[in-house]
Order: sequence, then structure tokens, then C-alpha cells
Amino acid sequence: MELIKLDFYTQGVLSIAALIGLTSFLMLGQGRLLRLIFVFALQGLLLVLATALAGYSMGNFHLYISASITLVLKVFLIPWMLHKQVYKLNLHRDVEALKNNTAVMLGGATLVVFSYYVLHPVIQNTSVVLVNALAVGLSVVLLGMLLMISHRHAIAHVVGFMSIENGLFFAAIVSTRGMPMVVELGIAFDVLVAAILFGIFFLHISRSIDSLDVDQMNRLNEVDQ
Amino acid sequence: MIAAYLLLLMPLAGVVFFALFGHRPRIGRINIKFNAFALLMSLWLALNVHESGTLVSEGLYFLVDSFNVYLIVLTAFVGLTTSIFSAPYMRHEQQKGRLTEKRLRLYYSMYQGFMFAMYLVLTTNNMGILWVAMEAATLATVLLVSLYRTPESIEAAWKYFILCGVGIAQAMFGTVLLYYAAMQISDAENALAWTVLIQNASQLDPEILEISFVFMLVGYGTKIGLVPLHNWLPDAHSEGPTPMSAVLSGLLLNDALYAVVRNKMLVDGATQSHIAGYLMMGFGLMSFLVAAIFLHRQQDIKRLFSYSSIEHMGLMTFAFGMGTPFATFAALLHMTVHSLTKSAIFVTVGHAAQIAGTQRIEKIRGLIKTQPSVGWGLLIGTLTIAGFPPFGVFTSEFLVLLATMQSYPWLTPFLLLGIGLACAGLFRNIQPMVYGKRPEGQQAVEANLWPVIIHLVLVLWLGLSIPQSLSDWFNQATILISGSAPL
Repeated sequence: MELIKLDFYTQGVLSIAALIGLTSFLMLGQGRLLRLIFVFALQGLLLVLATALAGYSMGNFHLYISASITLVLKVFLIPWMLHKQVYKLNLHRDVEALKNNTAVMLGGATLVVFSYYVLHPVIQNTSVVLVNALAVGLSVVLLGMLLMISHRHAIAHVVGFMSIENGLFFAAIVSTRGMPMVVELGIAFDVLVAAILFGIFFLHISRSIDSLDVDQMNRLNEVDQ
Repeated sequence: MIAAYLLLLMPLAGVVFFALFGHRPRIGRINIKFNAFALLMSLWLALNVHESGTLVSEGLYFLVDSFNVYLIVLTAFVGLTTSIFSAPYMRHEQQKGRLTEKRLRLYYSMYQGFMFAMYLVLTTNNMGILWVAMEAATLATVLLVSLYRTPESIEAAWKYFILCGVGIAQAMFGTVLLYYAAMQISDAENALAWTVLIQNASQLDPEILEISFVFMLVGYGTKIGLVPLHNWLPDAHSEGPTPMSAVLSGLLLNDALYAVVRNKMLVDGATQSHIAGYLMMGFGLMSFLVAAIFLHRQQDIKRLFSYSSIEHMGLMTFAFGMGTPFATFAALLHMTVHSLTKSAIFVTVGHAAQIAGTQRIEKIRGLIKTQPSVGWGLLIGTLTIAGFPPFGVFTSEFLVLLATMQSYPWLTPFLLLGIGLACAGLFRNIQPMVYGKRPEGQQAVEANLWPVIIHLVLVLWLGLSIPQSLSDWFNQATILISGSAPL
């Protein structure tokens, strides 16, 4: 298989899939919050491109609507809200020292291989673009979880959470040309509400423990005091 | 179908209404009226289903059959009784200065928001909307968990938010895979409609559905509280206001299990194998045993009963996983009696914590001497949940045991061990709380124990004799889920 011989849509989607995977790795190794948010917005933009490309090549109008919802939510609104929070809580100079960065990166690479392995059974009856896109989608989901595990900052957790949603959306768009419209609107609504709630939470957390380091939230556990 | 629409519209109106007027003095009673209306609508809906069988709305958006209609009635009933309990409880909390007017508005508004999400989970016919509603239920309750704004409650709410959010994202991936499989056989618009999927289940690609089910089980399993995804549950249940613990334990967990069972039906139809069942049995049994052990080391009364919820959800997941008609019948019955008993227990626990002024087990003493109604309520509730005859939990657990002996006899000792462990774990903690000396200065509180009495009497009734109409209902649901009638 040579990339150049494939049709325009397949080439485009495969390239975007690769870039989306790359952004996930960039986020994984990023200790500065503002850059983390920037890369997240970039991933959102790639998602918009993929959606629009799918809409264009299939002549599907509803994908354009979905692309614009993503554009507004994931590229502008949520990064902007996070950005504002970072300045408000005076965190823009902080650099989080990430422990075991090498191990985390290697773990990330393993997760990508694992995603391909899990979705292997699907290969037999589908196209090359689909299997790659689903696998990248799943890896972005898993990498988002890894991001949440390896970072201690609450804002980084939210970025990881939202990036998981990106991975799901990417998988949905490429494999099934998006979910039905009602479902997509419902998901967009949930994401929006979640983003607002996160904003409220940052305030509460920083008031109660005086920082956004989630490692300090350790009062509730099953360990004997 | 009109009943279903009204059932959904009423709480939606409630969200707006209480957001505006939720701080008024007598607002608790209006909340009761909203929920009473919902119960009436659900009964009307049940009557419709009883007369004309499965109902599907125009455009395949809503589905009401004998499986979900009984859960709808149960949800509305527990929603109503909990709101009866919540009115004086929240007034007490406000008088103690733990809540401001703004938070009271939030509380009542989100109570209705949560009920709406629950009704939507149960009535929708679209697997995508099911996911959206499940997530909405998390979003509606997350701020209620942190309602008191203590560091502990904020931590609990954050854990709940992140764990359930990430968990349920897995279910979304499962839904995407399911949609993909369905697109091969149906047009895009209706491909996620459950009625379409179940009709064509045998044509769905079994391999994709298997992968999809694993993701669904992990995703919705997080909300059921299956071990090892249960970490959020004791925290969220113990730190929020008690009426919230009652509805979370009594309703949210059931509805998540409902989502898993719906998916299991699809996978069973597609693969013709028992893979989904084995997964559920494994997770269920593990949750059951682990939670039974954890009961022994709890120091907080609400955490204690949260672990008891995990234990019972594990048992139900196990029984649904076995999938024989007998086991399915037992699981349906257990779902009902567990919801009724557990919400009753949380009501008494809430009052007990108010009497003692703390949730720490070692500080709660002499309840029967201080306020006999609360003390006896807690004791009888615990007897019920531990599975003593003649209560309904005994019947359903006994049926699960029988079903296990029929299909997987070698698993019976594990179940017996779990039941024994759980019983011991509950009583070593409950005994000193209800009996014993009354501490200095402990006062009785304003309490409305009618919800407890009604629930426990119903559970007793179900234990002594299940009414014919109800058992017909369960039979129909069993036929729907497992394909044939029990016995």
C-alpha cells in the first residue's frame, strides 16, 4: 500500500489521524499549563478539519454542523475558559515537574500498539482508513487517561478528560460519519455543561486546599489513619 | 405515550422552577408534589403497557416495555418517598447553617434534573441518548455531592466527576463501535434505535459487538460501582446530603445496570455465545466478595452502606450474567427490594447522623434510647438488607442461590461466603449504634419516617408473597430479557 495511490479523503484522514496522535503525545510530555491548553486547542482544530473533510468528501451537510459545534466548543470556548482560569488563579508561570517522563512516553507508545491489537478483529472486513482511525481514536482515549495519571494538576486533568472526548469524536466521525444528530447535540451539551462545572470546581478546590494539586486531595481513602 | 412525555416534561419544568424559587420556606412540599405527579404518570404508563404491550413512539425515540416500565415506576416511587424525607431533612440542615439559600435552590433544581436524567435513561430507545442521559445524571449530581463545600466533599465530588466521566467515555467508545456494526445492516438515522438493533441482532458482526460490550461494561460498570471501578462510590455517597445518597444508591446504580443488561441482550443475540454473561458474572462476583470484606473496616456509617450497595449491585450483575430465566427473575426482584430497602436505610442513617451530629460509627450510640423510631428503623432496615427472612431480600437472594446451584453449583460456596461476611460486617457495626447507652445531651430530631415504614412494609410484603400482577410483570420482563419464562 502506498499512501500516494490512495484517494484524497483517505490520505487526508490518515494524515490527520497521525497528527492527532502526535498532539496527544505532545500533551503527555507538557508540563506548562498554557502550552498544554494550546496543544489541546490544536487537537480540536485537527478534529474540525477531519470532520469537515469527511463532510466534504461525502457531501454530508450534517457533518459541517458537527464541525462548527466542535470548532466553537473545543477550539475556542473550552481553551479560552481554561486559559482564563489559569491567569485568574495565577498559575501561568508554574511548570509542573513530570516524574518518569521517559517511562510515561514509552507507556504511551505501548498503549498505541495495544489499541491496534484490540481492534485487530475489525481489520478483516474493513478499509485501511477505518482501522487506523479507530485505533488512533482509542489510543487518544487511552493517552488521555495516561495524561491524567501522570499529571497532578487539576487543569491538566480536565485537558486529559476533554482530549478523551476528542478521541471518541474522531473515532465516531471516521468510522460512522458522526453519530445521529440528536446524539451529537446531546453530547455537545454534556461537554459544555462539564466544562462549566470544571470551572466551578477549580474555584472550590483552590479555596479548600489552596492549590490545584490533586495529590493533596487525599482525605478520603480506606487506609487507617 | 403521552404519559411518558409528561413524565419527562415535569421534572424538566421542575429544574427551571426550583432554580428560581428553590429557597422559599415550603418548597420541600412542592418538590413532593412534582414527584407525586411523576409517580402518577409512571403508573399510568405502566397501565398502558399492561393493556397494550410494548410501546414505541413515533420516530423510534422512546421505548417502554415491561422491563423498563417497572424500573420507571420504581424510580418514581423512590424519588417520591425520598423527597418526602428530604423536606424536613434539608430544613434541618439549613437551620444548622450548613446551607445557604443559593445552595438550596441548586439542590432542589438538580434533584429534578437528576430525576429527568433517570427517566430519560429508562425511556429512551436510542443507545446514544442513553449515554447522553447517563452522563447528564453525573453532571446533575456532581455539584450536590459537594453541596456542603467541605474539603472532603469537594474531593469526593471531584473523584466522582473524573472517574465517572472517564469511565463513561469508555461506554461512548462502545456505542461508537455498536453504531458502526449497526450501520452495516441499517440506515444511519435509526441504526442506534434499540428496537431496530434487537430485531437484527443476529446479523450484527459478533466480533465488533464483543469488543463493544467490553467497553460498555467498563463504562457503565463504573457507574454501577463494580470492583475495581468502585472508588468513587463510597466517597460520593458518604459526603453528599443524605437524600442524594438514597437516590444514588437506590436509582442511579440500577439504571446503569439497566444499560448494561440492554447491551447484553444485543450481544447475546449477535454472538449466540455466553461471553457477555461470563464477563458480568466475573465482575459481579468479584464486587460482591470484595465489598463484603470492605464492610468490616468502615468507620463512617454512610460509607458502610455504600459498600453494601456495591455488594448488592455485584450480586445483581452476577445474576443477570448467568442469564437463565430463573436467575433473571431473581435479579429483577433483587433490584426492586434492594432499591426500596437501601433508600429506606439511607433515610434512617440520615436522621441517625443528625441525632449524633456526626457520621462516624464510633460516635453514634444509643439510638433506640434517644429516638426509638430511628433506632428500630435502622435495625430492621439492616436486618432486611442482610437478607434475613421474611423480608424480600431474603427471597431474592435465595432465588439467586438456587439459580446458581442449578447452573454453576461450584460458585454457590462463594455466594454463601459473601452473604455471611456481609451480614457479619453489617452487624458488628450496627449493634453498638442502636443499642447501648445514650450519650449525654443527645436529642431527638424532627423526622418523617413514613418513607421508611412504607418501604420496609413493601419489602416485607414481597418477601411473604409476591402479588400475582407483579409476578406476571416480572415474568414478562424475564421473557423479554432471557427469552423464556422462569420455572
